Amino acid sequence: MEFMGYVRPDGKAGARNLTAVIPSVTCANDVAQAICRQVQGTVAYLHHQGCCQLPPDLERVTDTLISIGKSPNVANVLVVSLGCEGTDYERMVKEISETGKRVEIIRIQALGGVSKSIQAGTDLARRLVIEASGLQRTSCGISQVIMSIKCGASDTTSGIASNCVIGYVADRLVDLGATVVFGETTEFIGGEHLLARRAVTTEVGNQILKIVEQMETRAKSLGCDMRKGQPTPGNIEGGLSSIEEKSLGAIMKSGSRPIQGVLDYPQAITTEKGLWIKDTPGREPEILTGMACTGAQVMMFSTGRGAPQGFPSMPVIKICGNPNTYARMEEDMDINAGLILTGDKTIEQVGEESIQKMLKVLSGEMTKNEAIQYFSAIDIHTLGPVI
Amino acid sequence: MELKLALKVNDLDNVATLFANAVRDGDEVEIRDKKGGRDHVKVRGDVPYGHKIATRDIHVGEDIVKYGEEIGIATHEIARGDYVHVHNLDSKRGRGDWKEGR
Repeated sequence: MEFMGYVRPDGKAGARNLTAVIPSVTCANDVAQAICRQVQGTVAYLHHQGCCQLPPDLERVTDTLISIGKSPNVANVLVVSLGCEGTDYERMVKEISETGKRVEIIRIQALGGVSKSIQAGTDLARRLVIEASGLQRTSCGISQVIMSIKCGASDTTSGIASNCVIGYVADRLVDLGATVVFGETTEFIGGEHLLARRAVTTEVGNQILKIVEQMETRAKSLGCDMRKGQPTPGNIEGGLSSIEEKSLGAIMKSGSRPIQGVLDYPQAITTEKGLWIKDTPGREPEILTGMACTGAQVMMFSTGRGAPQGFPSMPVIKICGNPNTYARMEEDMDINAGLILTGDKTIEQVGEESIQKMLKVLSGEMTKNEAIQYFSAIDIHTLGPVI
Repeated sequence: MELKLALKVNDLDNVATLFANAVRDGDEVEIRDKKGGRDHVKVRGDVPYGHKIATRDIHVGEDIVKYGEEIGIATHEIARGDYVHVHNLDSKRGRGDWKEGR
């Protein structure tokens, strides 16, 4: 099984060939956005972090932005810095450059302000996209694939239809020597014992239990019932009565293969194969960023109530398990898993269809959210306060 | 009339999920399990698509079970066929409002 990808200088295979315009701090967002409006082939990451945070969070934001730049879907990078931020923009340039990619930086304060920076950044971005656009796709093996998985705007169809489809795809990919990453630690609560049992070692199993305990402690920190936060009002309207029920449905998408280990939020995959967990919250803007950090070229995203969003440099394939939602929101959904509950298709049939779709998307076919650029609401998950 | 189906995903479950539109109080639904077993029950209460009904009587404080795992506890007496959701099921996790040791 193969796909047509872009081979990067570090040997990784990309499904997209984008110039990443990365604000090193939220205060540089408008300049990054203005450059991207002007130059085709660029994407901006309009996050809200990078200053007036405690040192571990500043390091986490720096590491996250580095991992995004290192992703094989990114051809080259323009870092947009303000100049006085708390993140380490010099380390961003240095570490992304280690992949062999070209990395440029503009500094808004040093260049004399916003309009001069937009001009300088536009000229640099133009050179970067022209350089990237000359690359050709070549045949790449399926073992090069890192697939991330996620469910959002879930209802009870997710755990019975669309998450089972993703579980089927995850098992197939692991068996073919590829890498699969799932997360949403909050949505392990109530099902963590089942995941811990699938860990390759006792240590990994204990680590799974530990990240769930940490997430639950955070959820309880305000002294209230977490319901409405998790499950969300939409989940509850969709029939999910408790976090336990939501979690047991959510973990269906991890399939059945052994869990190799737990990755930190900003961590990139280097040579790891098989099924991995990334410690993330469930909310889309933060988890999609965390998953893009792994270097995932593609995401499979299951939904019941209809979550339309994607990510700037990681195509997101939407699989809808609710036949009523699919009928209403077909324009935002890539795969109809609602046919499982109507009795028209099996999980295996929709699973095979999803694998074929994934190979096409990896080779360049756009997903529905990608085609309309519905992917600007991104963020980075931090742990401490803004101070 | 269209057959109204509910799925019981594990033998240990005491609830089934209804995948039918416009189920009203008193409607009869068919509960199917993975082995092809069929059970007919009269639904008590209007139940939206994707919501749950009890497959047997469940007492206050008893675990409510789906996927063969507990998903919460019953806060009221629940009879077979009753609509089961946040009005009679309480989550046991993420309860910052519960005192330690409860």
